[in-house]
Amino acid sequence: MAEQYLPALVTFCLAGGLVATFAVLGKLLGPQRSTPLKGDAFECGNPPSGSARERFPVRFYLTAILFIVFDVEVVFLYPWAVVFRQLGWFGFAEMLVFVAVLAIALLYVWKKGALEWE
Amino acid sequence: MHPVLFLILAALLIVSALCVVLQPSPVRSALSLVVTLFLMAVTFLLLDAQLVAALQVVVYAGAIVVLFLFVIMLLNLRDEPRALARLGTQATALVLGSLFLLALIRFLVTPPKLSASASAATGMATPVSADFGSAQVLAERLFTHYLLAFEVTSVLLLVAIIGAVVLAKRKLV
Amino acid sequence: MWVEIGIAAIKTGAILGVVMALAGVFGWFERKVSAYMQDRVGANRCSVFGFAGAGLINTIMADPLKFATKEDFVPAGVDRLLHTLAPCVNFFPVLVAFAAIPFGDVLEAGGRSINLQAVPLNVGVLYILAMVSLSVYGVVLGGWASNNRFSLLGGIRGSAQMISYELAMGLSIVAMVMTYGTLDLQTMVRAQGHLIGGWLPAWGVLYQPLAFLLFLTAGMAETKRSPFDLPEGESELVAGYFIEFSGVKYLMFFMTDFIEVAVVAGLLTTMFFGGWQVPYLMRDGFHFPLGVTVALPHLLVVALQIVSFLLKVVFFGWLQCLIRWTLPRIRYDQLMGLGWKGLLPVSLANVLATAVVILAWQA
Repeated sequence: MAEQYLPALVTFCLAGGLVATFAVLGKLLGPQRSTPLKGDAFECGNPPSGSARERFPVRFYLTAILFIVFDVEVVFLYPWAVVFRQLGWFGFAEMLVFVAVLAIALLYVWKKGALEWE
Repeated sequence: MHPVLFLILAALLIVSALCVVLQPSPVRSALSLVVTLFLMAVTFLLLDAQLVAALQVVVYAGAIVVLFLFVIMLLNLRDEPRALARLGTQATALVLGSLFLLALIRFLVTPPKLSASASAATGMATPVSADFGSAQVLAERLFTHYLLAFEVTSVLLLVAIIGAVVLAKRKLV
Repeated sequence: MWVEIGIAAIKTGAILGVVMALAGVFGWFERKVSAYMQDRVGANRCSVFGFAGAGLINTIMADPLKFATKEDFVPAGVDRLLHTLAPCVNFFPVLVAFAAIPFGDVLEAGGRSINLQAVPLNVGVLYILAMVSLSVYGVVLGGWASNNRFSLLGGIRGSAQMISYELAMGLSIVAMVMTYGTLDLQTMVRAQGHLIGGWLPAWGVLYQPLAFLLFLTAGMAETKRSPFDLPEGESELVAGYFIEFSGVKYLMFFMTDFIEVAVVAGLLTTMFFGGWQVPYLMRDGFHFPLGVTVALPHLLVVALQIVSFLLKVVFFGWLQCLIRWTLPRIRYDQLMGLGWKGLLPVSLANVLATAVVILAWQA
């Protein structure tokens, strides 16, 4: 049963080899003349202004949480999409309830303004 | 499941899981977690659970650890210095860890009889059908026998969203 | 077993070679074809023995060599492992994602029927979605590992954009899974071989035109190409999350961009435009609608199918480049608004409407 994944393993190994080749090639072929100026952060010619680590708006975190929840919803939709013909109208009603509850969630988030000003 | 393959996978899993807890840098820990979850998905593949393996990567490795990384970057977490805890804490951790390991070994060697089926009586696994973990079979079971759990999941997700929005928007008021 | 490994290695090697070639072709589109569209000449300085190949030598030979031989400097204070890992993590998932796209029917050779798909999985669609999910890490890591606040800003914005549009992509793929009833890409392509009404090839776009538009939009936003390329923001953030990468690392980020174009083009052809299907071509030859049949040898049929697949992928890559050079960049809040308030509800409605239509048709 595990033999059907052999092509996947071969693909991963070949692609991994290709990526590793690229990475090693860069180290080998390029010159290595590092000066302190090259180590500075790039800000279009201005001297680097302060630390790179500052606090970021919390709405990125909200986007990630929303993505997780709707990703789980999509993940439930996939097996249903494969068998929904056998499940008929009853299965459709089940999925409609599921999607409706999550549509309420999306509406709530929309009204609360959590989707604004990204 | 092929024993050699499983042993290799298990060894890699243990190494990456150790990397998750032993790395001082939080971003490297999160990346080791991605590797661990990916290897778990491969283990699921070897157990014929194809749909679950794909969903493990899509949801867990592809969404949840992204959230972890966002939080690490938002909170600007620094590397933790490797410092040993007090002697009492170390002793307690050692005792509890050993007890947990012993319990795991005991239950793996002689699994408890959870059901009265024939497989529990003989102690051998029942053979499964050829399309055991495929999307069709799993979907048919999920949307007929486990319908209530499925609908409750949607309510759980709604609660999660409301909680996240309330927590995140509180500061902006 | 070794024969199977050998066959898989040959298929994968061929697909990876094709992917690199496609990356070169799309890079050439970006430089030369866009130049002609913008009424300028474009790159024409590099030539081999006087043959400049309309900019092909420049793009396919000079550019990679230039990137490979540049100094790979790492900014001070970065985690060197993450700095090297970020372009690799960006590059790897798109390579293995393209490998799951079928490029032909079966090839009968040496007594075996070889399925012309480098990674044949019966959850192929979910595998591609998983690889697309993993490609977010390259962006996030590229931004973080650069110790540069503009890079980090580009990285976080880029990954937030990618995850927002992944939902619309996933949902438009759900609509196609519903139409064909399978998660396997090769089965989907084979199902597009029959004819509607005896003369029209049953390509996916005829069943799901809305899903096609949604997938095209979401795919272009997912690959962070114009008009959605604010994380890259060439006029604002210089190069966004890959500012601090030079040499081969930059080459890897750059190639990932074009290979993602190839993956989106490949998925568009596979799900909506019949994949490797040539209209009216069955396994033994052409069967035209009026009863005219032309018998063809097996190898010629396979060759025609592979060529058809490649032509369609190149066409959709060209379409994406065309859209890039036509539309202006949209603002970040408009972009996220489009993803969450526009594409997500519309694709959900599309899924439910498809279910209603198919169930009503069945009854």
